[in-house]
Amino acid sequence: MELTFFLQQMINGVALGSLYGLIAIGYTMVYGIIRLINFAHGDVMMMGCYFAYFGILMFSMPWWVSFAVAMVLTAVLGITMDKGAYLPVRNAPRISALITAIGVSFLLENVGLVVFGGRPKGFATPAMFSEVYEVAGLMVPALVVWTPLLTLVILSGVLFIIHRTKTGRAMRCISLDMETTRLMGVDVNRIISVTFAVGSAAAAAGGIMWAMRYPEINPLMGIIPGFKAFVAAVLGGIGNITGAMLGGLLLGVAEILLVALMPELAGYRDAVAFGLLILILLFRPTGLMGTKLPD
Amino acid sequence: MLRVEGLSVHYGGIHALKSVSIHVPEEKVVTLVGANGAGKSTLLRAVSGLVPVSGGKIRYAGRDILGIPSHRIAREGIAMSPEGRRVFVNLSVYENLLMGAYCRDDRKEIDRDIEWIFETFPRLLERRDQPAATLSGGEQQMLALGRALMSRPRLLLLDEPSLGLAPLLIREVFRVITKIHQEGTTILLIEQNAMAALHVADYGYVLETGEIVLEGTGKDLLCDERVKKAYLGET
Repeated sequence: MELTFFLQQMINGVALGSLYGLIAIGYTMVYGIIRLINFAHGDVMMMGCYFAYFGILMFSMPWWVSFAVAMVLTAVLGITMDKGAYLPVRNAPRISALITAIGVSFLLENVGLVVFGGRPKGFATPAMFSEVYEVAGLMVPALVVWTPLLTLVILSGVLFIIHRTKTGRAMRCISLDMETTRLMGVDVNRIISVTFAVGSAAAAAGGIMWAMRYPEINPLMGIIPGFKAFVAAVLGGIGNITGAMLGGLLLGVAEILLVALMPELAGYRDAVAFGLLILILLFRPTGLMGTKLPD
Repeated sequence: MLRVEGLSVHYGGIHALKSVSIHVPEEKVVTLVGANGAGKSTLLRAVSGLVPVSGGKIRYAGRDILGIPSHRIAREGIAMSPEGRRVFVNLSVYENLLMGAYCRDDRKEIDRDIEWIFETFPRLLERRDQPAATLSGGEQQMLALGRALMSRPRLLLLDEPSLGLAPLLIREVFRVITKIHQEGTTILLIEQNAMAALHVADYGYVLETGEIVLEGTGKDLLCDERVKKAYLGET
């Protein structure tokens, strides 16, 4: 195999993987704090794409304003979802919350189908992201450079919030012992909402870059990336943010390499991801960086 | 300062507290003694808003606080060092103390209080940046106590602060309790170590299977024949 070919595949893998990682951040944060697999997370990402789409198309915002607004709106959607759907079942058995999450997922998908229509819409990729650079014989689309960079910025921001701010400290405490955190005077429900907001905004950013990659959006587009990000989160050790990013990168690179090296197996790329999930759950359920969490 | 009137709590099918009334006057130390399962922790948890109450009243600083969410009760100046320490194991000692001061914004004063805690418990200073999980049981107890103090509470609820500690450490803990009491904090103390508790307490209640069976000043209870027999291990 030629080096340039390999490098080319690696950059593509890293770009795809950082998208998985970005979406996985929301999964892993929410799981870390309230032990809920938010199966609606991929659909939240889809909503983020539509917000950005309408921002550009209907309100003629410059793309960067539209992207920022979309992230904010998606964060608000995340808070609404938490308050409307998950808060009422907070003290119910965990399975109730899980089923609620599946319900929210179907709700968002079908509201999307009714409101936005099922036909895919072309996503206007800003010129800055659609250029292709040629570097030492490699064809490097600008998006492939920007995706990991933006991911790194968002990841650093999230890690900063969690490890260096008062709110983040409260998040870590809630994930360890919700009751004792209340005794410290922490409004636990508010902190959980902030967690949903941060995770949803990250998903919107990931979704928008996903949309620019293809470049079209539809109301069911969140399902597969959502599941893949879930695999990434479990692979890295659910509840661990750096792990989620690592899991995302591994999954992205594995998928791209599979397609590149064994093109005849390209149809199995989703199967590989989910096969990986089964293996991880069988042999290392805590994931790569995970530790056993208190129940 | 704190007045609990006719408090009843049901846990599943169990009647954990049966119309319990206690009074904790301002700047006093009041203790609850009683065997395991008598309902002592349940009473503290009810005051903190952690367990649903089926009847009665809890008045604090002249206000009814029953039904108010835990975090708001904490903001009203009631801090608890819970049973089993419950320190945040993944957070450093320093971060645990900061969590205690969560409701405060006076950064300088917080730093000063943390210094005070480190002076009082030098062992914690040595372990300032270690995760709380690496601390010994005694050190964790100091940390739980320090964390509760970081909110500068008006009323401090202490649930078994000497549980599982070596005798030397128990003395240390009671020395600190006396010290913070002298500085004007009102304390409601639960102890299995009835002797030590009644020595520092101004007033005490004896709780048996969810009911107050005896009350009196610390001195009176220490001399009471029934207390001596049941809780002080004397015959």
